[in-house]
Amino acid sequence: MRLREIPITAWIGILGIALACFCAIFAPLIAPYGETEVVGGVWQEADAQFFFGLDNLGRDILSRLIYGARTTLSVALAATVISFSLGILLSFIAAVSGGLIDTVFSRFNDLMMSIPTLIFALVVLAVLPQHLIVLILVMAVLDSTRVYRLGRAVALDVAVMEFVEAARLRGEGTAWIIFREILPNTLSPLLAEFGLRFAFSILFLSTLSFLGLGIQPPAADWGGMVKDNKDGIIFGISAALVPGTAIAALAICVNLVVDWLLKRTSSLKGGRGDA
Amino acid sequence: MPELLSVRNLKIEATSYPPGEPPKCITIVDGVSFDLQKGKVLGLIGESGAGKSTIGLSALAYGRGGAEITGGEVSLNGTNILALGKTGIRKVRGAHVCYVAQSAAAAFNPAHRLGDQVIEASVKHGLMTKDEARKRALYLFRVLGLPNPETFGDRFPHQVSGGQLQRAMTAMALCPNPELIVFDEPTTALDVTTQIDVLAAIKHAIEETDTAALYITHDLAVVAQISDDIMVLRYGKTVEYGSVQQIIEAPTQDYTRALVNVRQTAREEAPDQSQALLKVDNVSAQYSNGFKVLHGVSLHLCKGQTLAIVGESGSGKSTLARVITGLLPPSDGNITFEGKALTPELKRRPRDELRRIQLIYQMADTAMNPRQTVRDIIGRPLTFYYGLRGAAKTARVKELLEQIEMSNGFIDRYPAELSGGQKQRVAIARALAAKPELILCDEPTSALDPLVAEGILKLLMKLQTESQLSYVFITHDIAIVRAIADSVAVMHRGRLVRFGPKSQALSPPFDDYTDLLLKSVPEMELGWLERVLTSRRMASAGN
Repeated sequence: MRLREIPITAWIGILGIALACFCAIFAPLIAPYGETEVVGGVWQEADAQFFFGLDNLGRDILSRLIYGARTTLSVALAATVISFSLGILLSFIAAVSGGLIDTVFSRFNDLMMSIPTLIFALVVLAVLPQHLIVLILVMAVLDSTRVYRLGRAVALDVAVMEFVEAARLRGEGTAWIIFREILPNTLSPLLAEFGLRFAFSILFLSTLSFLGLGIQPPAADWGGMVKDNKDGIIFGISAALVPGTAIAALAICVNLVVDWLLKRTSSLKGGRGDA
Repeated sequence: MPELLSVRNLKIEATSYPPGEPPKCITIVDGVSFDLQKGKVLGLIGESGAGKSTIGLSALAYGRGGAEITGGEVSLNGTNILALGKTGIRKVRGAHVCYVAQSAAAAFNPAHRLGDQVIEASVKHGLMTKDEARKRALYLFRVLGLPNPETFGDRFPHQVSGGQLQRAMTAMALCPNPELIVFDEPTTALDVTTQIDVLAAIKHAIEETDTAALYITHDLAVVAQISDDIMVLRYGKTVEYGSVQQIIEAPTQDYTRALVNVRQTAREEAPDQSQALLKVDNVSAQYSNGFKVLHGVSLHLCKGQTLAIVGESGSGKSTLARVITGLLPPSDGNITFEGKALTPELKRRPRDELRRIQLIYQMADTAMNPRQTVRDIIGRPLTFYYGLRGAAKTARVKELLEQIEMSNGFIDRYPAELSGGQKQRVAIARALAAKPELILCDEPTSALDPLVAEGILKLLMKLQTESQLSYVFITHDIAIVRAIADSVAVMHRGRLVRFGPKSQALSPPFDDYTDLLLKSVPEMELGWLERVLTSRRMASAGN
């Protein structure tokens, strides 16, 4: 893979994600002020000292944005990766095994999906202890129902192909069939879904924070920052738009990279060329 | 006599988009010229990719899938139809020139009745009123020998058989009284026993209505029965163009000669031994919904020999292979392999039992994982059964590539980068890698062009003598059976109708079905179709 072959859109996406990761890793070094430090007046206008101005408590928005990248990025990424691993594994097992296993998994999945995600999350998070791991796991499990649906559909298409039958005739186990025969042939649609799900999980985390059940104050996270500053919009203060823009930009960057990966996997020699 | 269709220096090009490379222009058809007179049939013959379908469609001034007619002239009754423009050409298509597609099942709209679809073009073009069109359709259904012609048009496409659908499509093409019909492999997807009926119907209908036709096929024996002239194509160029008689009896080009002589080999059968490698004893099988697909089949195969299983689609021949592999456990009866009973269920079979029986599929495309290289495809059984890794595995893969007559350069290719014949060879190598004793071949050559198929058959025969392999060869092609089999099993509707050494099975006295099957195989000989039809008529008159 030569660097020159990466299209410009993918570069924009990569740079955006790299910037967010850089902020997350080196937050204490590059942030001009502390995460929870009150440095001036409420909703102070942006100037040379405070690049994005100050928030509803007089904290520096730029600094909070940099610190917020940590929680937002790590929680959303962890939740998406876990939800994908879980969803793909279960859906592929269901598709390959069929019969009772498939029925049990699929009906349980339907059961989960029949409850509105947000309400489910609110109930579960209100009952369980307030902990970051719990938050990630709840988000992951709820999201994995969607992944399961897609995963089962694409895996069923591939599982009936003759090369899978040939592998069965050879005596291969379920793990080989799932990871070596089916997964490489279903990567394209799953990757596309990954980009979409990642963006959704940032938004979902923001929603939860907005409702007070996500990241707990005073820790900064982008969704929570929108919530803190939303009242300012009424007075024409744009403080809430800054974290909002950051969420949108990250979501777009992730999708730019995924689009490129998608094109690469589907145009691979021997790729099925679809999706 | 003036020419009906005259094609001069036809050139058709298309842009291809190979992965990872800039798009390039490829020439599909280059400098092809021919003439066709009223009421005559020209056969276009060649292997896949020869450009025969593309030429056929050019008679409708149509380019499929990005193909564009970039040079030459196609004149119908003296008018160059390429210069007609969009509205002009619409008056020609479906009225003066009609098209019969290969897969009638895919070409009919399943939501409409056959009768409405058959008359649609004639009514739309304003050639006749609905009633007149219906009358003509009824007449055509009769000419084409369709059952219950009065009510045939009221049926939906899924209610009639494949052969009937293909005849209905011919009726659709004939309905507007066209001057020219393009038949694009109309009988290729049909069983031999059905093919002969459709062929006879088409020939009769063409003669009856005095229509000219372009008949596209890859089977020289078929085209010899129906055409007046034949054009042999290869790589988009004309190889040979002449009358049927000249092409069949005195071909001038090597390629044509190879086509005419394809599969005229026959091998001596080996004697039946008492010790059978595979013994299928009174086996029945059914699907989980209770549908019975095999009824008490018994046969056996000796070591180092080839058993051919013949029958039309739905006869249960592939199901028998699935039962032997364990994919569909038999509901009744036993299968023994080297004297020991085979575990009926695939999941319970020990690895060594799996290794000794390998399967080769009809479609090599779908039988290989498109995301694995040749090295992985052939190498996996080596790792799986023999624990070979690294350099030892690579060396063995190279050895196997040599055995299937492919160079080492193919080792890192993906299946999409191989031709159809090469793919089938790799599939054979994958089976060989397990060092099996028995290979089940499920129509391994029926998706291939005749010359490529012959190469595969020769390879299989060579491997058999080299390593004492036994084959169960499933096919519908009697010519292949003659060429490779030691013993023959004929299947019909899930039952074994005939089994024995080749010399016995393929010589009289025949049972009714085997007789029909043998007589339906087109022979590379002029007047074969008439002969068969006459003998049939005499037989039915005699009854």
